Amino acid sequence: MPEIANASDEDQAPSKGTPDFSNWTCPLPLVGYPTIVMGHGGGGKLGNELVEHLFLPAFRNAALENLGDAAVLELGAGHLAMSTDSFVVQPLFFPGGSIGDLAVNGTVNDLAVSGAIPKYLSASFILEEGFPLAQLAAIVDAMAAAAATAGIQIVTGDTKVVERGHGDGCYINTAGIGVLRKGIQVGPRHAKPGDAILVSGFIGDHGMAIMSVREGLEFESQIRSDCAALNGTISAVLDEAGHAIHAMRDPTRGGLASTLNEIAQASGVGIWIDERRLPVRTEVQSACELLGLDPVYVANEGKAVFFVAPDAAERVLSILRAHPLGRDAAMIGHATAEHKGMLVARTQMGANRVIAQQIGEQLPRIC
Amino acid sequence: MKYLTEFRNGEIAQRMAREIASITTRPWKIMEVCGGQTHSIIKNGIDQMLPAGVEMIHGPGCPVCVTPLELIDKALAIAAQPGVIFCSFGDMLRVPGTDADLFQIKGAGGDVRVVYSPLDAVELAAKNPDKQVVFFGVGFETTAPANAMSVHVAKRRGIKNFSLLVSHVLVPPAIAAILESPGNKVQAFLLAGHVNSVMGYWEYPPIAEKYKIPLVVTGFEPLDLLDGIRRAIIQLEAGTHEVENAYERIVTFDGNQPAQKMLAEVFEVTDRAWRGIGVIPRSGWRLAPAYRDFDAEARFHITGIHTVESPLCRAGDVLRGAIKPAECAAFGKECTPRHPLGATMVSSEGACAAYYNYGRFLSAEELATAGSGLTHA
Repeated sequence: MPEIANASDEDQAPSKGTPDFSNWTCPLPLVGYPTIVMGHGGGGKLGNELVEHLFLPAFRNAALENLGDAAVLELGAGHLAMSTDSFVVQPLFFPGGSIGDLAVNGTVNDLAVSGAIPKYLSASFILEEGFPLAQLAAIVDAMAAAAATAGIQIVTGDTKVVERGHGDGCYINTAGIGVLRKGIQVGPRHAKPGDAILVSGFIGDHGMAIMSVREGLEFESQIRSDCAALNGTISAVLDEAGHAIHAMRDPTRGGLASTLNEIAQASGVGIWIDERRLPVRTEVQSACELLGLDPVYVANEGKAVFFVAPDAAERVLSILRAHPLGRDAAMIGHATAEHKGMLVARTQMGANRVIAQQIGEQLPRIC
Repeated sequence: MKYLTEFRNGEIAQRMAREIASITTRPWKIMEVCGGQTHSIIKNGIDQMLPAGVEMIHGPGCPVCVTPLELIDKALAIAAQPGVIFCSFGDMLRVPGTDADLFQIKGAGGDVRVVYSPLDAVELAAKNPDKQVVFFGVGFETTAPANAMSVHVAKRRGIKNFSLLVSHVLVPPAIAAILESPGNKVQAFLLAGHVNSVMGYWEYPPIAEKYKIPLVVTGFEPLDLLDGIRRAIIQLEAGTHEVENAYERIVTFDGNQPAQKMLAEVFEVTDRAWRGIGVIPRSGWRLAPAYRDFDAEARFHITGIHTVESPLCRAGDVLRGAIKPAECAAFGKECTPRHPLGATMVSSEGACAAYYNYGRFLSAEELATAGSGLTHA
């Protein structure tokens, strides 16, 4: 999502997405400091306390408990997939999730759409001096819960502290490894003409949820981020119809339009979608209209796009719809041998338009 | 009322398109004034639905596009100064000045912020008394009332560190200038409905009468646009030249009176340079003497600006409706949204960007047949 400074940046008052920490209690109280100080990244006693009192209780597992310089893992034979991503979202807490949820789910999803079964994550924190420990604890709790939901373990990590003014509260990097499923051949280069294109649910929720709190815009109904781990949904599809899936992607930054353009270019196919079939929530569409944005360019954090062999399309759609995270899945178009490398959409009016790769960030229009 | 669906009904649109085809006996050239209308026409493919010979000419109503390069350079110079918080609507950030754009100024340490209302900038000024807060007030009559209000509020609250870099432009003089330009091809206008929501349409009957030209107040949704086009063609075929209102759910003859009162108090009419077109007499607003203290141009005394327009860019011809974007030799080659040579390629409302983003570099035939082999959708 675009980093847009705003009048509300000046606001020290918590935004409406900020959770209430008043009832939160640390599992074991930390000595003295209610906020992060430089010493927490110094490798000394304060840093150890953070590990023992916060990270270890939250993420507890055998590999982490050794507290070695590296986690030692057992993964069996076969190919591994590895992915990494850094998270710098503002605000740190937003309707439907937090930077902690994103940090786990983002990496889990990158592994899952590559056809891997996500297993282990690392978590590195870059914290700004003065960052409230209660907020860090809430982020760590969210990560632990997201890891449990996704069925993965956080097995190693690191904490660095930067001086006040040199960070934005909290940055997180996660890296993950997973075991590649056997007999699955998916990738952005493998889409074929004729493939049906399925999306697992409503698009644009995450981006507009962030916008709605960051820009201080008051919408009538609150838009919640769709942030979720997709490995369960994707497993359901691959278990039953793995041979029929040619390409998968999670359309995060740049939205559905960027993902489809990338696959069109990587696979050398044309892509055609019907705008009338795109699942977009009314409140997301309304918010987009207000700001002059197009939901096809807005980020998602819990959606997957599938390129499916035509004869399996209906079956994959019903598998998706049977899954809680795929209830609103829709078939939105197909790949074609025409207009190679381009994404063309049938408009609401029945005419066609090209949806181009976006340049930089979407900017709200003047009027 | 469901604004997101009712005015985008594809079946009704097809029916209206057939009706337009049935009443059209000759070729007509109709200009939509507003960039928002251009965007909607191209995004929805409305021009593809019109009978052969009915041509939509895209007008100069994109505020980003017509803001003079010199003013953009001034904005960049002000934004780069220490102690300044420079506020703007989002789509001004990527508009290239002679050497840079606001993104680059921000990257180099300038405090540049996107706001959604000029009143947010006033609040910012109140909270940062040690900073100079400047709002880049561009646009047509649509955005002017909020900009006027910001200055009014700043004066009332005694917020002296707020100022407005103002470049407001007006629709009626631009229409007159287009009609008086040699080689004008425009035979009817779709007026910019949001401008009329503020100003009403009492200013327009003398224009319709003087130039014997149909003027139709038109909205922005696909069905609004088709209705505006339909009414313009009915008039053209009948040889009448009335001012009609095809946007009655928003626009009245008198318009928004409190807004007009505010505009009259804060602004006064002045000559304005339009990028790519030149100076049009009495075609814009500047701050009235009582509010001149809030004029950023006076406050910052920026001098020594030497603007250089790209020799390849034909934005002026596009804005006058003399050529279509794809007829410019640089279109899609030297000039793309990533490396725009002129403002019409920058703003999503700019005709060149609309053509580029919605794939008008693909032939009409290729576009029309896309998706025809569909088996599942």
